Amino acid sequence: MTESGPIDVIKSADEPSAPPPVALAGVSKRFGATQALADVSLDLLPGEIHALVGENGAGKSTIVKVLAGIHQPDSGAVVLDGKAVLLHGPAHARSLGIAVVHQEPRLFPDLTVAENVFTGHAPKGRAGSINWREMRRAADEIFDSLSVRIDSGAIVRGLSMADQQLIEIAKALSVEARVLVLDEPTASLSAHEVERLFAIVRQTRDRGVAVLFVSHRLEEVFELCDRATVLRDGRHIVTAPTSQLTAPDLVRYMVGRSVSLFPRSAAKIGDVLLDVHGLTRVGAFRDISFSVRSGEIVGLAGLVGAGRTEVARVLFGLDRADAGEVTLHGRRVRFRSPSAALRAGIAYVPEDRHLDGLVAGFSIAENVTLPILPRLFPRLFTRSSREHSLAAGYVDRLRIRSTGTNELVDALSGGNQQKVVIAKWLATNPRVLILDEPTRGVDIGAKVEVHRIISELAASGLAIVLISSDLPEVLAMSDRIIVLHEGRVSAEIPRVEASEERVMFAATGQIAEDASSGE
Amino acid sequence: MTQDPQTVNRPPDSSPTSTEASIAVGHPRNATNLGRGLVSVVARWEVLLIVILAVVIWEGNQISPFYIDWTNFGFSTGGTMEVAIMALAMTPIIITGDIDLSVESMVGLSGAVLGVLWAGGLPLQFGIPIVLCVGLVGGLFNGMLVTRWGLPALVVTLGTLALYRGLAQVVLGTSYVSNFPKAFTDFGQGYVPGTSVPWTLLAFLTAAAIFCVVIHMTWIGRQVFAIGKNKEAARYSGVRVATLRTALFAVSGMVAAFAGVMLALRTNSVRSDNGSGLTLIVVMIAVLGGVDINGGKGTIPGVILAVFTLAALQSALRLAGVSSEYQNVTIGLLLIFSVITPQLARQFRVLADRVRQGRHRPVRDPIPGEVVR
Repeated sequence: MTESGPIDVIKSADEPSAPPPVALAGVSKRFGATQALADVSLDLLPGEIHALVGENGAGKSTIVKVLAGIHQPDSGAVVLDGKAVLLHGPAHARSLGIAVVHQEPRLFPDLTVAENVFTGHAPKGRAGSINWREMRRAADEIFDSLSVRIDSGAIVRGLSMADQQLIEIAKALSVEARVLVLDEPTASLSAHEVERLFAIVRQTRDRGVAVLFVSHRLEEVFELCDRATVLRDGRHIVTAPTSQLTAPDLVRYMVGRSVSLFPRSAAKIGDVLLDVHGLTRVGAFRDISFSVRSGEIVGLAGLVGAGRTEVARVLFGLDRADAGEVTLHGRRVRFRSPSAALRAGIAYVPEDRHLDGLVAGFSIAENVTLPILPRLFPRLFTRSSREHSLAAGYVDRLRIRSTGTNELVDALSGGNQQKVVIAKWLATNPRVLILDEPTRGVDIGAKVEVHRIISELAASGLAIVLISSDLPEVLAMSDRIIVLHEGRVSAEIPRVEASEERVMFAATGQIAEDASSGE
Repeated sequence: MTQDPQTVNRPPDSSPTSTEASIAVGHPRNATNLGRGLVSVVARWEVLLIVILAVVIWEGNQISPFYIDWTNFGFSTGGTMEVAIMALAMTPIIITGDIDLSVESMVGLSGAVLGVLWAGGLPLQFGIPIVLCVGLVGGLFNGMLVTRWGLPALVVTLGTLALYRGLAQVVLGTSYVSNFPKAFTDFGQGYVPGTSVPWTLLAFLTAAAIFCVVIHMTWIGRQVFAIGKNKEAARYSGVRVATLRTALFAVSGMVAAFAGVMLALRTNSVRSDNGSGLTLIVVMIAVLGGVDINGGKGTIPGVILAVFTLAALQSALRLAGVSSEYQNVTIGLLLIFSVITPQLARQFRVLADRVRQGRHRPVRDPIPGEVVR
């Protein structure tokens, strides 16, 4: 344990050539009991796109935050041109040429595009006032250089996610960036927008900027990146040129074991549990009809905005239908609140687990029992032994990794949080389970787990509605797929006939011509 | 390739240098789970309040030999029980993220209605239940406006603050009513026979026990905290958020009406401006008691301690001959103190966690440019 600092790094670097503009040298970072990063080293070279992959909780975000100056390493250091520096904060990192584009665009929605691009370093005119014209011009120049068309005078609110992402990138490039860090930039982009983004990233790389590209999606890593680093549990596993890696390699490095995706066991399909007929909610969806049988998984596919979540919200009593009927177990129902839907046996795992799924600051046990409190404690008084043993059962069954049912959900990884949400709804003993994007933002290991759970639940006789934007997931899990397009059912495809192309055609509204010409 | 083996061997440092770290490290005070280990007990807000209370009492004892005296105890607590009991009802409202500013006007309105009914010849045993109903209806009105129309509680109750005071003036005009029957004023002014415990204190302690049990030991209380921490998740979980919030406002209205009755019987008079300015004290007691004004956190024991701290302080100031203006200054400072201190307490908790798990926190030289905290 010597006191010689990472300043020595440059001396020990054996090649005489210029050191990488940015590197991490033996960085460790601990949050409470969690070792987020353990002795991770990484170098970013100019003119190279470096992929950073790993499961959720592997430490990718921590690396991004260390580079952005948000977190300071406990040991090790960020090394700039061979010199160890301590980044005081995001502004300091930016001034040193490290530009970070975070996963969610963090823009001021009521300011213009140009103002957002130049937040904190607006071109100054006389007497220190902002030179608005120069700012517009400079912003336009950046967008031109990226060959994208965005009106730099427009207000940010209302712009698409993709445009906002581009503004973030422009913002990053507005200061002579030597390193561009992109944290899962494609998470909310369409295929076309991803292509445009890739073109820009390549162009940036060709200008000699070192790019760190953090991603979940392996195909992107191979399409875009020159080298890849895999992290697992906060440790550096491997760094190699992508040409020397294959997708199964990467997955194996990420999870540390070979995984087979989507273990779907056969379930006995029984009677119709949920029947939806002509369901309409003005402005959201029209004339939706489908039914789900016990033991059956029905996939609800469609593009974002096709009305899938809106249908689920009506089924769960969060919104009212304007027309149509819902029959549950042969009885017509019309829920006025989620509590009524819960009592009738419908559970809904919401899309956004942070906003709607979990109560942060509550323990695992408190979250799991929240929907069933009146049932669990009919005499009003809570008994913690009772609720902890109930929660422990689910922690066991769903393999939730935690220090105990007393642990706050805030401290869990994304995948485990999602399992807590699922546990919470299972505790209500539902007959119909609606899952809305159950594996979004969940790492591959946890994803397989969630699929296993869903599959077992169907086998136990639940009727399951699976809403997912992940096509391979829908195809692999569902017995039938209902495709929505602009608020209407555009296709109902049985498992045997389902293919990505067919679902995608229906989701984009092309099924009619396609089907008639094909048959 | 830039890795220096010497930099590798540094032991991990557990110093939380960011708020994220402290969230991951800390055990946020969770009222549904009283106490998690000795260190966190020491770091609790209630412990701090006990210390403050002890200091105030000790100081008070220096000021006057009569300070620690049952008569003075009864005298000084008896006078604060109206705000104390309202603070109990305010607590769950603040925990759910709402606020009820209209309580002081409900004190005035209930007193006015009681006075008019009494002056009109209706015996108090009938008048008081009617007045409590008035409070209930007033509270329900607040709750409906907030939950059914989705209006912010701050604005709604600011409106009813003016509305209920106005109604009190309409009911009673500029006149006043006094001469309530002795059997009733004894409740407001007298003591439990053979003790120095005012009846009003007994009423407060009873109410406090009920609130404490409901908030901290039943699932209704759990739902209150769930609403305060995440309204949407609570709703998705089948918690009847609107109903529960409305009920809390109704309870607050009724408790405020009861406080109005207490005030009327203690002072043996009602005027339309009864209770003016009490809302501030009520909210202050709750905040001083450690209830997070942003919702989600708070305890009834903390609020009870805050009540006695305030009473002890007021009594000490009175015995020290501090003028009422400076008493107000002190109360203002106390309010600011109680808002600032949770922030400090949070940092203290982080420190406590560090003590607990960073048993061998490594000492290292600051990296050049490092901000040493």
